[in-house]
Amino acid sequence: MNNFIDFILLRDPLVRNIIIGVILLSISSSIVGVFTFLRKRALVGDAVSHAVLPGVCLAFIVQGSKNPFGLLIGAFITGWISLICIDVITSKTRLKEDTAIGIVLTAFFAFGTVLMSYIQNNSISANQGGLKDFLFGSVTSIREQDIYVFGGVAVALIITSSLLFKEFFILSFDEAFTKTIGFPIIFLKLVLTTLTVFAVVVGIQAVGVVLMAAMLITPAAAARFWTDRLRKMLVIAASLSVVSSLGGVYISYENPSPTGPWMVMILSLIALISFLISPKKGIISKLIRQKRFRNQITKENILKAIYQINEKVDLPDRALSLNEIFDNRPMQRDQIAWGLKKLAQEGFLDKKEDKWGFTNEGFLRGQRLTKLHRLWELYLTEKMNIAPDHVHEDADTIEHIITPELEAKLEVILDYPLKDPHDSIIPYRK
Amino acid sequence: MIQQVDNPVVEVHDLTVSYNNKPVLWGIDFTLPAGQLVGVMGPNGAGKSTLIKSVMELTDLSSGFVKIFDQDLNEVRNRISYVPQRESVDWDFPASVYDIVLMGRYGKLGLFSRPKKADKEATFDALRDVGMFEYKDRQISQLSGGQQQRVFLARALAQNADIYFMDEPFVGVDASTEKAIIDLLKRMKDQGKTVIVVHHDLQSAAEYFDWIVLLNPRLIASGPTKDVFTNEILQKTYGGKLTLLSQVGDLMATEGFPNRE
Repeated sequence: MNNFIDFILLRDPLVRNIIIGVILLSISSSIVGVFTFLRKRALVGDAVSHAVLPGVCLAFIVQGSKNPFGLLIGAFITGWISLICIDVITSKTRLKEDTAIGIVLTAFFAFGTVLMSYIQNNSISANQGGLKDFLFGSVTSIREQDIYVFGGVAVALIITSSLLFKEFFILSFDEAFTKTIGFPIIFLKLVLTTLTVFAVVVGIQAVGVVLMAAMLITPAAAARFWTDRLRKMLVIAASLSVVSSLGGVYISYENPSPTGPWMVMILSLIALISFLISPKKGIISKLIRQKRFRNQITKENILKAIYQINEKVDLPDRALSLNEIFDNRPMQRDQIAWGLKKLAQEGFLDKKEDKWGFTNEGFLRGQRLTKLHRLWELYLTEKMNIAPDHVHEDADTIEHIITPELEAKLEVILDYPLKDPHDSIIPYRK
Repeated sequence: MIQQVDNPVVEVHDLTVSYNNKPVLWGIDFTLPAGQLVGVMGPNGAGKSTLIKSVMELTDLSSGFVKIFDQDLNEVRNRISYVPQRESVDWDFPASVYDIVLMGRYGKLGLFSRPKKADKEATFDALRDVGMFEYKDRQISQLSGGQQQRVFLARALAQNADIYFMDEPFVGVDASTEKAIIDLLKRMKDQGKTVIVVHHDLQSAAEYFDWIVLLNPRLIASGPTKDVFTNEILQKTYGGKLTLLSQVGDLMATEGFPNRE
């Protein structure tokens, strides 16, 4: 507990620096990630993050230390080479981009791993400890100078993307149009790709090359579920990313273990929750909406059934038992029972003993549904030339979604008809 | 029937364009007069869209050149507007109708600078012109096909250009949008603008356009609508037989043959 208080109060200056660094890293990678995501190039981030490993190792071999400048340059070079390789494979062969990414990603990562074993086996420097941290990230291996260098790059990334916000926005939406208004799209794409490479490089110490792609892709994907506006999406993506990263840093600070996996686990959990519960697009909200529609259809079918059963004997106010409805309509018994109870609660039906009769509102709704059903049948036969025996099922669905405006249009188009194709009377509200 | 004009607003000279070695436009040569509604017509695969894409330098030319107002495209970009096919973009994009139409102002703004109040006003005006002002805050994925097309047109209007190139603006739109679009195009013509439209419905073309360019995939005709729409020319364009030309084109593609030495 004391540790936690120390952690959040930022008492240890190194911890304070690390936290500032991680916040900058999360913001910059999620901003760049949003644009990569919108340009549907999410996998490119994955390729780059694996491809920086050989660059990091080569820089280590050359300079014999983990000097951050050297690592930055090494990672940047091999990251870029991997992108060029993907580009060449896609444009000069018949292979598609996904294949090219798969090949390049694994090839560079394999080369990086080989270099890493070479460094370890040959003890190039006494300072080699911690090179493995680049695989999965470790905040405890970060030193102050690393934070200045990588933090500085992150700030530069954030500034560049805000300066070019309008340009990246239009480029992601409509590349052809962007070109026709004279924007230098090759330059803009080059800048965006460079930002992607830098965003990856910034994260290799804290997150590690294996999982860095998640810091680009996942915040954007999760944020897309919460908003339909780019500005909000950027803010949400950055916030989700910061929260997960700080959580990951804290856990790995408490029990020394690689940081990247913790960050990505929290981030993925947040993304999963977003996919499930976001109000408009979430899977659960969609299920709830569908359930609500089904319930509405059940209830409306009962009102329509009561109206039509009574219509035959011309006793609109007669109360009916569950069995009478069940015998007349192809519905399940428990559904009818549930619907009757609900409709009584909502004030559309009155229960007297074991029978249900319309309230005034219930009658009007039953009548309207019957009318819509018959109007639609007539519309299909008269205006769409569909045979009268083929229109019933269609009308059974459509009657539930016709709005009052469409209803009025139907009436006008059909000129207030009195009977449907099966000679049933179309009831109008008095 | 290829009628050349004096002082053309658009001049296409010996234009050939290929995709993967297969020529889709062969030696196209025509000029267009100012202030007209021009229809670019031809059967599927005749290179209609490719023609306006190459005018906008969105595809590489194998040969030839294009002049607009007797200048290179780069000199006159701000006077030209391009409306891509509606399906060419992903409408499930985090943007509002207003955001998209405002993009029409980006060209004049240039890099780095932010939209000003005047740009906002111009965007609102363009939205009113296409009858989409009430939808300005709507998320673009919630629009119907016709409304999406209106948004693209509003974006073009916001550019306030002199020449408009539109790729299939009538595809997948409802009758009322088609009417609204053609009325708008006629108003633009009355203001002295030149509008070049890729279109494929022959019936309406005769009614909509003053000037017709017919492709398949070389230039069959270019001239006033009444002169171009003769049985003989239409037969030549839409005759439906696999011409020797397209067979040679296929051959070049399969052999990987360069189409200019």
